[in-house]
Amino acid sequence: MTDTNVSFVRHEQIPPSPPPPSQSGAIKWARENLFSNWINSVLTVLALYFIIRLVMGATPWFINGVWDADSIRECRDILTAAGKETGACFAVLVDRWDHLLFGFKYPQDAYWRPTLAFILLIAAAMPALFYMYVPRKFLLGTAAYPFLAYWLIWGGSLWVPIVVAAAIIATGLVFRLVESLNVSTRTLLAGAVGILAAIGLAYLLFLGAQELRFIAGSIGSEGLRIIPFLLFWAASIFTYVFFIPMGIFVGYAIYDDAERGGLVTVVTALLAIYVMLVYLLGPVSSGLNAVIPLELQAVPSRDMGGYMLSLILGTVCVSLSIPLGILLALGRQSNMPLIKGVCVVFIEFIRGVPLITLLFVANVMLAYFMPPQSNFDLILRVIIMITMFSSAYIAEVIRGGLAALPKGQYEAADSLGLNYTQATRLIILPQALKISIPGIVNVAVGLFKDTTLVSVISMFDIVGMIRGPIQQSTDWISIYWEVYLFAALVFFIVCYGISQYSQWLERQLATDHR
Amino acid sequence: MTTLADQPISASGSSFKLSMLLNDTRYRSLTFQFIALVAIIAFMAFVGGNLVRNLAEAGLNISYAFLGEPAGYDINQRPIEYDSTSSHGRAAVVGLLNTLIVAFLACITATVFGVIAGVLRLSNNWIVSKIMSIYVEIFRNVPVLIWILIIFSVMINALPGPRDFRGEDATASMSFFDTFAFTNRGVFAPAPEFTNSFGSTAELPVTTTGMDWLLVIAALLLSWFVARAVANWATRTQEATGNRPTTWYITLAIWVVPVVAVLLFLGLTWNVPELKGFNFRGGMQLRGSLIALWFALSIYTGAFIAENVRAGILAISKGQTEAAGALGLRPNRIMSLVVLPQALRVIIPPLISQYLNITKNSSLAIAVGYMDVTGTLGGITLLQTGRAIETILLLMLFYLTVSLLISFFMNIFNNRMKLKER
Repeated sequence: MTDTNVSFVRHEQIPPSPPPPSQSGAIKWARENLFSNWINSVLTVLALYFIIRLVMGATPWFINGVWDADSIRECRDILTAAGKETGACFAVLVDRWDHLLFGFKYPQDAYWRPTLAFILLIAAAMPALFYMYVPRKFLLGTAAYPFLAYWLIWGGSLWVPIVVAAAIIATGLVFRLVESLNVSTRTLLAGAVGILAAIGLAYLLFLGAQELRFIAGSIGSEGLRIIPFLLFWAASIFTYVFFIPMGIFVGYAIYDDAERGGLVTVVTALLAIYVMLVYLLGPVSSGLNAVIPLELQAVPSRDMGGYMLSLILGTVCVSLSIPLGILLALGRQSNMPLIKGVCVVFIEFIRGVPLITLLFVANVMLAYFMPPQSNFDLILRVIIMITMFSSAYIAEVIRGGLAALPKGQYEAADSLGLNYTQATRLIILPQALKISIPGIVNVAVGLFKDTTLVSVISMFDIVGMIRGPIQQSTDWISIYWEVYLFAALVFFIVCYGISQYSQWLERQLATDHR
Repeated sequence: MTTLADQPISASGSSFKLSMLLNDTRYRSLTFQFIALVAIIAFMAFVGGNLVRNLAEAGLNISYAFLGEPAGYDINQRPIEYDSTSSHGRAAVVGLLNTLIVAFLACITATVFGVIAGVLRLSNNWIVSKIMSIYVEIFRNVPVLIWILIIFSVMINALPGPRDFRGEDATASMSFFDTFAFTNRGVFAPAPEFTNSFGSTAELPVTTTGMDWLLVIAALLLSWFVARAVANWATRTQEATGNRPTTWYITLAIWVVPVVAVLLFLGLTWNVPELKGFNFRGGMQLRGSLIALWFALSIYTGAFIAENVRAGILAISKGQTEAAGALGLRPNRIMSLVVLPQALRVIIPPLISQYLNITKNSSLAIAVGYMDVTGTLGGITLLQTGRAIETILLLMLFYLTVSLLISFFMNIFNNRMKLKER
């Protein structure tokens, strides 16, 4: 038998021997990722050289930075006294910290207000941004935030935002109430509201017709402008002919629709909020303020500045332009030629001109289109123009989302018997908006960056502060690296944060299992 | 006997209610549009009436006569002849050309930066792709205005003044074999000049060398047509025989010979800048404002284009590359024949909108004092004449025209590139 000849039998497995050093660890990684062929090797060496040069150049500048000095000369003296060749004067950031953040006119003892508003902004944004983790009732806080922030930043009586919020809630209650009325009461209400609406509309149209005649008259007096002259006369005759029939038609339509009740609820709610805001807001809030004074020092808009101004413009304009953009996108997809035409012209016009020209409009031209003696402040005019600007871009993004929906979704909604509003609200928009989120975020980030353009029309945002009061002061004359790097840093933090959030949200919303 | 089809018509005819204008889908859209029309007319009446009243109050009228009046200000970069006695209209045209110049230059360099960064970001070299992602993220997330101002400040403060080039112990020297001078007043570069120039004619007082450049462009156009004919001939030969004739040296000759001949005929010489007194004379001066704007726009938009390029290349499925490899194509052939033609289809539409963005962002020139159309028409002319409405409307009209033209031509190009689906 051969069995006995076996001298050695291994009973356990040999441990695997380690791979050769060139095939493992850092060396393998470097060979694969940095030196896989000669082009890659050259690129790696070039990149390393570039990085080393950059680090060698920038590090002493950062390390030698002077944080405590009153002027650029003192800062340079400190550097030469220490025998250092290069060094940053970060002292400008310390010295002008408040100016960079709040502008140079905002009252100093009120700096806590915008700071608190900013902290609350983060807190208020959380329920909306991370709605899947935060209970829904916290959204009430988000809804209350704009009123609180307005009070904190602009000051004045707390009762004004409270009364406005109360008016909005009351309008919602009126809407519910009218909706729940029985048919006979509602018919009665619809009759009354119909008569009111008829008279109001007829009056407005009458004013419009007179206005048109006035324009035609002033064009005609300059002579030789026959086409606009005739055009305005035609429009004014058209309005004169229709002002009473239009009023009666709308009034009767409200009455006639009482059984279904859609029109009468909306019109009653609109009337209610109009009456409350125009006639009740002033007396009620000042009365309440007289009883219980809750007042902060009022700060006019022209005193806003620094990074705070960019944040105000960015958040206000983005949040206003999303609903407007949705409406424009729906209008552009509509099959009514007139509405579609208006939306297309508006969107293409806004997208075709640079934001700077729109800011010029806000600065010097918009006042011509407002009623004489009306006094819109610059920040409000700028908000109007930037909102128009970004809503056109958002409309295009959402239109892309609407177009990307399969036609079956529209048809399925129709076949369920949903009307246009229901189908849009329940089927179309949720899906289209989900597709458009990355685009909307891109527009929002772009818009936030574009708020720096207001420095061109002599508003003092962070760039305006640097170019004006800081670089032209005797203390910090023509300092640039430190301040511009700081401005770049604060914008980078916010913009990068937003784009990272949008990528995270996209992954959260990815319900298609690919 | 009434059929089902007749019923609704007779029913609607007999009992037409006014509310049907709102509730019946047959009439509702008409009603809404009528209401919208009335609302638009009312809005126009409101705005127009205010405008007329405000203008009357300010004692103004709408008139474009100011375009013919002498402007009275200087423009430091003049592509066509202009001096302070020229009209406001001519100042606007000079500004317009300056806008187009910086936009054109920035479009080219931004594309170059963007393509390089986008391709390198996909490179399997770890360090290079990381550097490119850092570049893209940093430049995309910081406002372009800040980049323009940073580059402009660096050019003004960090570069040597012309006086530093003087004397025995000069602290600065000219670069590239003493032809370029980088100073805080801008970059001085050699300028081409023609000894046998046609000069400017009285009928066409555009620039002194305008005719000569037209001749050069004509030669280039000719080369383009001939080169295309050669390429077509090569394709036909390949289709007939299966072998593609080697044409690169013919094409090279077609591109080089006519241009060189024209330039020799015109007598091209280079006017190299020289230090005379306290400044450089001769050559051409690229002002700091132009360079800052050009460079900032290209590097900022380049970051966006890099993302578009990367997305375009990633959009091509791996199967395409593998299939091409299985057909036996070499890697560079796979890139040029399979991946790029498909990736371009994805890349070009966003690229067009980036070009539009460059054109619109070039209006930021006003922040560094580059005299583009926003600086002349929307800046000094507006301030001098006080005609806010007219100048801003003209300004918008100009940008709108440029935007619509660019998107029109690019859409034609895009349609030709589009996948022909059956």
